[in-house]
Amino acid sequence: MAKITLKDLSHSYLEKQNNNADWALREVNIDWKDGGAYALLGPSGCGKTTLLNIVSGLLKPTKGKVLFDDKDITTLNPVERDIAQIFQFPVIYDTMTVYDNLAFPLKNRGLSDSEIASKVKEIAEMLELTSTLNNRASGLTADGKQKISLGRGLVRSDVNVIMFDEPLTVIDPHLKWILRSKLKELHQKINRTMIYVTHDQTEALTFADQVVVMHEGQIVQTGTPVELFEKPKHTFVGHFIGSPGMNILPCEIKNGEVIFSGQKISSHNTANKSNFNKTQLGIRPEFINFSNNGIPVKIKRVSNTGRHKIIDTESSGGNIKILSNSSTEIPSGSAHITFNQKYTYVYGDNWIIEQ
Amino acid sequence: MNKTINQKAWFFVIPVFILVAFNAAIPLMTVVNYSFQETFGNNVFAWEGTRWFKQILLSERFHAALARQIAFTFIILLIQIPLGIGIALTMPKKGWGVPVCLILMSMPLLIPWNVVGAMWNIFALPDIGFLGHSLNGLGFDYNFTQQPGDAWFTTILMDVWHWTSLVVLLSYAGLNSIQPAYYQAAEIDGASRWAIFRYIELPKMKKVLTLAILLRFMDSFMIYTEPFVLTGGGPGNTTAFLSIDLVKMALGQFDLGPAAAMSLIYFFIVLLVCWVFYNLMMKNEAQS
Repeated sequence: MAKITLKDLSHSYLEKQNNNADWALREVNIDWKDGGAYALLGPSGCGKTTLLNIVSGLLKPTKGKVLFDDKDITTLNPVERDIAQIFQFPVIYDTMTVYDNLAFPLKNRGLSDSEIASKVKEIAEMLELTSTLNNRASGLTADGKQKISLGRGLVRSDVNVIMFDEPLTVIDPHLKWILRSKLKELHQKINRTMIYVTHDQTEALTFADQVVVMHEGQIVQTGTPVELFEKPKHTFVGHFIGSPGMNILPCEIKNGEVIFSGQKISSHNTANKSNFNKTQLGIRPEFINFSNNGIPVKIKRVSNTGRHKIIDTESSGGNIKILSNSSTEIPSGSAHITFNQKYTYVYGDNWIIEQ
Repeated sequence: MNKTINQKAWFFVIPVFILVAFNAAIPLMTVVNYSFQETFGNNVFAWEGTRWFKQILLSERFHAALARQIAFTFIILLIQIPLGIGIALTMPKKGWGVPVCLILMSMPLLIPWNVVGAMWNIFALPDIGFLGHSLNGLGFDYNFTQQPGDAWFTTILMDVWHWTSLVVLLSYAGLNSIQPAYYQAAEIDGASRWAIFRYIELPKMKKVLTLAILLRFMDSFMIYTEPFVLTGGGPGNTTAFLSIDLVKMALGQFDLGPAAAMSLIYFFIVLLVCWVFYNLMMKNEAQS
């Protein structure tokens, strides 16, 4: 059990770095509290697995420090760090039984047979593997194998943190739900720090208390799922989280007023002067309403998902997606829309403009 | 669904049928033909039934050749498989060392068999060969043309030099197909180097190693050219393996009937071992 601090962490897989693109991670600073459930969310290649491998000790960072409970452990290997990691593909020892697989990390640490037996039994029960304990591990299904990987992480009581690297990728969709709720349940039961890496927003948002969103090697926002949804600090967070994502529309700022499509827009934040290369307006499809006056749009397409309708519209300033209840009457042809001021944000060079 | 019946489809099978007939069935049938008859030349044949088979199966000469053959194959497998795995484990996984090692390893495999025999013959000659001369210079009484032990030693050394690379390349391919996550997980689980080999590398190499053993068994069991050029089966008959003995019988003594019977027995032994091996392999596969 430990609090984890990452200080000015940067990593590059290259010998020499010429520009930002050569860095897999740039200036990452994180504080993770002991016993929390965290998610690292981002698209493929954003550096989240690199970050995870640095925390677990499989990679040494080019710059910066990793601290467990304020103790610098940057140079320690995974065994010395006492961590557990579960990988994208289930890693099992083919020739061993399920029992031996679960006992393996304990045997390597020299525990007595009776200690091992009681620990393995406890974990097997927790993961519902008791009935298969004496079977060969290679005969199990993908989700069974992933449970073993998980079990090998949980069986050690001394781990500082348990890390998951997209652990549900190879699992069937209907089992994903079961395993995911199992993880959540386990977290509440054993109360250990867990870090979950994924590119799937649903997984991240349902698992974690705090989600770290990464983009091109940088952390763009850390927050609760609600914060990420209601107030994205970066346009990337806006369109990566939510389905469909946030509408990001080009706008102008004149005398502290936000102008979009030739109209003044009232927004949550604004800037006094426009010292940005580009300014954009962000509004989630959920917070747009039809009204009698406002921004004129042309309705292009309405798709009904059952629970709600997604309306593709076209305005003079760009395409806008609107999400409304499936019971809402959708005007046909042209209409007017208004933005909910509370959730309308102005972004300067992709970052939210703070006042 | 109804199947369309069209007997003309048989015409499509004809090319394969002819090809198989000419490259396997017809030559094999002539051997079968010889194995049941006595021939006096001029295409005069006399029916002998199973006499040649009985004669071969009961002959001490065949027993001795078979025993030598089994011993040879067993010894080279015992050396080449562990050595091949060992070399594959120490080969670099990335960088400039990879192509260098792969080329060095492939080289012995590219040399024609009779050249290998000739090379080792010269290399091992006690008076002028580098190996033979050096061994004698070091005080060993080494002469592979005179002493059976030295002849065996040289033949085995030659085969190890020629064929260990095959095991190395197959093992290396097997090792490289292991996902890095396995090593990372083992590192986190605190596994020792031996445990990594025993529980990850060896099981993951199982398929390629089965293939390597099967290939090395077949090739070494049928070995002819290299020992023929190196020792000619000598001194005496001490390195006359099955193929060498067979050729002596067929072309040296012109005993075509017994030689044909021996060919078939030889063929069935190889077939039987491969069949048993293959079935064991498939059985394990079905279990997992």
